[in-house]
Amino acid sequence: MEVQKNIAPLVEARNLTKIFTVSRGQLHAVDGVDFSIFPGQTLGVVGESGCGKSTLGNTVLRLTEPTSGEMYFEGKEYSKANRRAMREMRKDMQMIFQDPYSSIDPRMCVSDIIAEYMIINRTYPTKSEIYAQVEKLMDTVGLAKRLADAYPHELDGGRRQRIGIARALSLNPKFIICDEPVSALDVSIQAQILNLLMDLQDELKLTYMFITHNLSVVKHISTDIMVMYLGKCVERAPSDELFSDPKHPYTQALLSAIPIPDISMRNKEIQLIQGEVSSPINPKPGCRFAARCPLAQPECSENDPALNEVMPGHSVACHRVR
Amino acid sequence: MNKWKKSRAAARAKEIWRRFCKNKIALAGFIVLSIIVLVVIFANVIVPYEMATTAAPKERLQAPNAQHLFGTDDLGRDVFARIVHAAPNSLLIGFTVSFGSLLVGGTLGIACGYFGGKFDNLIMRFLDMISALPGSLLAIVMVAVLGPNMRNLIIALIVGQIAGFARMSRSVALSISEQEYIKAAKAGGSSNLRIIFRHAVPNAAGTLIINTTMSISGVILSACSLSFIGLGVQPPKPEWGAMLNDARQFFNTSPYLMIIPGLAILITSISINMMGDGLRDALDPKLKS
Repeated sequence: MEVQKNIAPLVEARNLTKIFTVSRGQLHAVDGVDFSIFPGQTLGVVGESGCGKSTLGNTVLRLTEPTSGEMYFEGKEYSKANRRAMREMRKDMQMIFQDPYSSIDPRMCVSDIIAEYMIINRTYPTKSEIYAQVEKLMDTVGLAKRLADAYPHELDGGRRQRIGIARALSLNPKFIICDEPVSALDVSIQAQILNLLMDLQDELKLTYMFITHNLSVVKHISTDIMVMYLGKCVERAPSDELFSDPKHPYTQALLSAIPIPDISMRNKEIQLIQGEVSSPINPKPGCRFAARCPLAQPECSENDPALNEVMPGHSVACHRVR
Repeated sequence: MNKWKKSRAAARAKEIWRRFCKNKIALAGFIVLSIIVLVVIFANVIVPYEMATTAAPKERLQAPNAQHLFGTDDLGRDVFARIVHAAPNSLLIGFTVSFGSLLVGGTLGIACGYFGGKFDNLIMRFLDMISALPGSLLAIVMVAVLGPNMRNLIIALIVGQIAGFARMSRSVALSISEQEYIKAAKAGGSSNLRIIFRHAVPNAAGTLIINTTMSISGVILSACSLSFIGLGVQPPKPEWGAMLNDARQFFNTSPYLMIIPGLAILITSISINMMGDGLRDALDPKLKS
């Protein structure tokens, strides 16, 4: 997809930080993350479990309040907006949740779940118009009409996730955060849902922030990719470039861990990361990855590497990459 | 629009009723309870109230016979009449106390579980204070201070039950508020009140209904112990629990005096429990067949 960089970003965050106070100290879930997403783009956010991906998604929608930092939607700062303003904002920003088993209310039937957001926001004046719209949405996401009165427990994971997608679409948002929307699904269904999301993006001109730990999924769907490690963004690049020319040692290790379905590559040495993820609670100064990094130098444990643009559109936070 | 909405709600109610009727045990409970409610409504038609309160020393302690279906008590009052006219009092106490404490305790508990934080701490510590006192002692003190009558008895019993209901509904609300559909509702712009009534309450309903119906029989018995020490329903007004207690000293000679009110309490509470059980299942879409 051609991305025009001269137009204004749809969503932007500067120095976004979310610190949870836990009994053992300050947990830096998201630590000074910057990003901007242009209309029609998909920003893939990857990283291992516990690196703050989901917190980032929740914070962007302000389901979790940020500790500090600024967030802009269509150029408007909203990190301190009040409830009413936020309610208006959320019509344009929606979320697809990770677990289709717990993200929909088991006591409500399919059509009520999809109608709920439109009822709350009074999108249409009458209920019959709302339920007519529900039918259209069900059609859009590929749910059969006969399922309108079914309850979630009667449906499989894929269909449930389609309900979640229809619900997210019901307010005609411009921007959707997909928080691991396929990781709870079977592989065969993952592809269906991913294709649905991509078709919807083309049709409805949607902008996505796609959070996942699955690199092949992110390659499939993203225009840009942001790699996170312990709350920090370590590398950001256009999707193809990140896969062909990863700069950060963490990204390189991640990519080398993708299995290659080719027997001739069987003997290729895999660059494994040594050690464990260090604790995000009261992190030590310096690069978060230093303890596990094969290229680490004394400098790395002294000060935080800043995110530098090494090539146009390609930024890396590493002292060893200039 | 309204008509459309109504037809939808009606269809749902019909579906719940259909599922409820499929459960034969629940239906039996419902029928028995309906008969008891009919007895309550037509108590004066079945047998005049005077029969239940007028003492007739000459006819005291008669075993059940054609004239006195359930016999007579130590003051010669007709036990059948007393059972019939006690039903309104006992049921009123059982239902008002259980649903009253569900309303107060359930609301507090769900609010605590959902909002958490300082509010939760404040309310729950206050309720801990109440539950640190034995329920019956609390009720005795309250009735003694407020004056012994039905209304104060009901208030005292509700206060004793609130803490238990609040703790139970709080734990249910806690587990619900961690579900992702609550987060999804927030993302859609739901207000806290709407989340509570649209998502938290329906999902908590099963547990709450069961606990409420189970408590009704216990409440009837607590009311009886208070009546016994003269702090509940005042004689000569009949009440099942009070009758049970009055009969204790005649158990060897006239066991029916104890058995009959005991059975009345038993049948009522069992039918309420069976109905509650069926209602919970009927309200749960997962058990739809």
